Amino acid sequence: MSALLLARLQFAFTICFHFLFPAMTLGTALIILISETLYLIKKDETYKKITDFLVRLLGLIFVIGAATGIVMEFSFGTNWSGYSRAVGDIFGPILAAEGVIAFFLESVFLGVLLFGRNKVSRGVYWLSALLVFIGGHLSAFWIVVANSWMQTPAGYTINEAGKIILGNFSDAVFNPSTIVRYVHTIIASWVTSAVMLAGIAGYYVRKGLHGETAKTMLKVGIILFALTPLLQLGAGHAHAVKVINLQPEKAAAMEGHFNTINGAPIYALGYVDVENQKTYGIYIPKGLSFLYNFDWNSEIKGLNDYPKKDWPPVNFVFQVYHIMVGAGMAMIALGLLGAYLLWRGKLYENKFYLFILPFLIPLPHIAHETGWIAAEVGRQPWIIYKLMRTSNAASVVVSAGEITLSLIMFFIIYTLLAAMFIKIFLKIVQKGPAA
Amino acid sequence: MDYIQNYQTLWFFLILILLAGYSLLDGFDLGIGALLPFLGKTKEEKDVLINSISPVWDGNEVWLITGGGALFAAFPHAYATAFSGFYLAMMLVLFALIFRAVSMEFRAYDDVRAGIWEKAFVAGSALAALLFGVALGNVVYGVPLDNKMEFTGNFFTLLRPVPLIFGITGFTAVLLQGATYAVMKTEGDLQQRAFRAVNILTAVNFVTALVYFGTIVFTFDDIFTNWMFYLAVLFTLLWLSAIFFSVRHKNDSAPFWESSFSFIGLWLVVAAVHFPNLIKASNDPMLNITIYNSSTSMQTLKLMSIIALVGMPIVIAYTIFVYRIFKGKSKSSVHY
Repeated sequence: MSALLLARLQFAFTICFHFLFPAMTLGTALIILISETLYLIKKDETYKKITDFLVRLLGLIFVIGAATGIVMEFSFGTNWSGYSRAVGDIFGPILAAEGVIAFFLESVFLGVLLFGRNKVSRGVYWLSALLVFIGGHLSAFWIVVANSWMQTPAGYTINEAGKIILGNFSDAVFNPSTIVRYVHTIIASWVTSAVMLAGIAGYYVRKGLHGETAKTMLKVGIILFALTPLLQLGAGHAHAVKVINLQPEKAAAMEGHFNTINGAPIYALGYVDVENQKTYGIYIPKGLSFLYNFDWNSEIKGLNDYPKKDWPPVNFVFQVYHIMVGAGMAMIALGLLGAYLLWRGKLYENKFYLFILPFLIPLPHIAHETGWIAAEVGRQPWIIYKLMRTSNAASVVVSAGEITLSLIMFFIIYTLLAAMFIKIFLKIVQKGPAA
Repeated sequence: MDYIQNYQTLWFFLILILLAGYSLLDGFDLGIGALLPFLGKTKEEKDVLINSISPVWDGNEVWLITGGGALFAAFPHAYATAFSGFYLAMMLVLFALIFRAVSMEFRAYDDVRAGIWEKAFVAGSALAALLFGVALGNVVYGVPLDNKMEFTGNFFTLLRPVPLIFGITGFTAVLLQGATYAVMKTEGDLQQRAFRAVNILTAVNFVTALVYFGTIVFTFDDIFTNWMFYLAVLFTLLWLSAIFFSVRHKNDSAPFWESSFSFIGLWLVVAAVHFPNLIKASNDPMLNITIYNSSTSMQTLKLMSIIALVGMPIVIAYTIFVYRIFKGKSKSSVHY
């Protein structure tokens, strides 16, 4: 395998693994903030127990997220030094801002959340929960800005020497895809933690553990599980429209469209035969055009409008994108079902639904991972869309052998981390909120 | 005086401050990690030591993340050359940092393998502490570079004697940070042991610092006229000497500050002999990566200056606030 492909595999592996953890962190920080706010207002010890329980989980999640996150920051220098040399002017300050403005805040106040319950007043503890929530969400903002700038670069100029120079930083930060991508990413994280909470609480309630605390957790979890996937439906829709407008090749690959037509279909699932330019599957005629701007006959660009050397791997992008959509739709249905059961007062008795809940915990992870893979692979062959090719971005001095070695090491170490994470996660869940 | 050179100079020193800040703060928790089996004899004592750093280590590590981001933003070529050139060494740093981070958490929950996680914590802390100095030694002493600013050596280039001396100097300084922090945060037998460790490590630091200064005198040109260098040497040695007096008076907090200042002295030495270089080329001084040939544009440096000069004071203020919450002696059990 070439050094370039190995470097891409290593980035893909390390980023996919890393993102599992921040995805849980943000939503968990939100639920902690909700729970601690309720504790502050209602002075009900139940909420304190829930906060403390979730803080234990957050500590575990955060440490693995931080340990694997530093790998990502280093990777631009270690594996993508060609990219780093080219984009220091814009990408550099975005990463530095993430540290100064966001990650310090989250990390420093997480210490108070984890170890300060008996050392600070309720007010300061609540404030720490708020600052961890804000810090985490700001951190995600800057990272999403960095990614969005690679998808839809803005706020730059090219100087006489052909170098990318900072033009307007605000335009770079609020480039055309930042906001919609940020909202989509944040809600994905909220969904992830909502399902996690509902899954854990569902298990407790079914087993008759932790009494009212478990029921309160389940109630909060189900309400969030019903609301957040619905919010995501809107955010995902807005994002898809943006992709059609801003990165039409990617959108065409996601839906397997080769020819520009008025009234493009949308697939529920299928298969793209790139060689013969045919897409098979179950589809709604003219569905994509309708969703694009609510006109059944609007025009959707096809891949053939673009040179073949600028196409992403079409069937792969199609498949991962459809897994995301499918997982999202399933979550909407299951969340609404839970809300219905809660409304009818049958939630705590419905053994079947409670039995299923814990098994749903991986579902949002599948959705956000495949969604990101669709976004990133869909951008290929560009590392910065229409500005720099991935093939020009890798470190020239790092050999295939060196990357093979590091990739094997990452694989071994991350497998160990995953095993330990699951083991300790289950241990904390076994102990539960009463402990 | 709106010249780009001013901003390049400013950023040389701001990155130095970020890295020095990292070395002082993560220095003490890496030091605690490396010294854990020597200071803590029982599980309770080890718990006390780990509890003294667990609320703050993650915030400390952000200094490294921010320093890395700042280097990327101000001098991307230096960032790109060093990180890609020192590839395998950087991977070792990452693996070491991963293990020292997660093993604290794993040790607390995985009773069966607590011993293994403790060893991973000690080894990860020690290895990271050693490698940072080796990396710094290489960029200060010089590595072979080509005319595209790419590193042309290999893994063993990094292990030459002079960079290793930098590594050992940094490593012993980190151990002293850890030991003096332990003196500040512990009581009883554990503290007595930490006091003895501080005494020994201060003596060791004298030796390593003198070897470090001597190496620089013998290997760097123009050192005899560099008065900044001699001031920095004096500064380091004075603060190191002060530790002996504080230990004799059983002062439990002064040694930490004295150790920190002597560590700053080591950084001042680097500034004195290295400015305005970022990565020296050992094969040809014309190929040196300097603040002038590797920086981003003036717009970016200006923007970064605003972010840093507004943001970092706020960061430092709330960091102090949180350290004050956890001030006082560490206990073996915490509400967790």
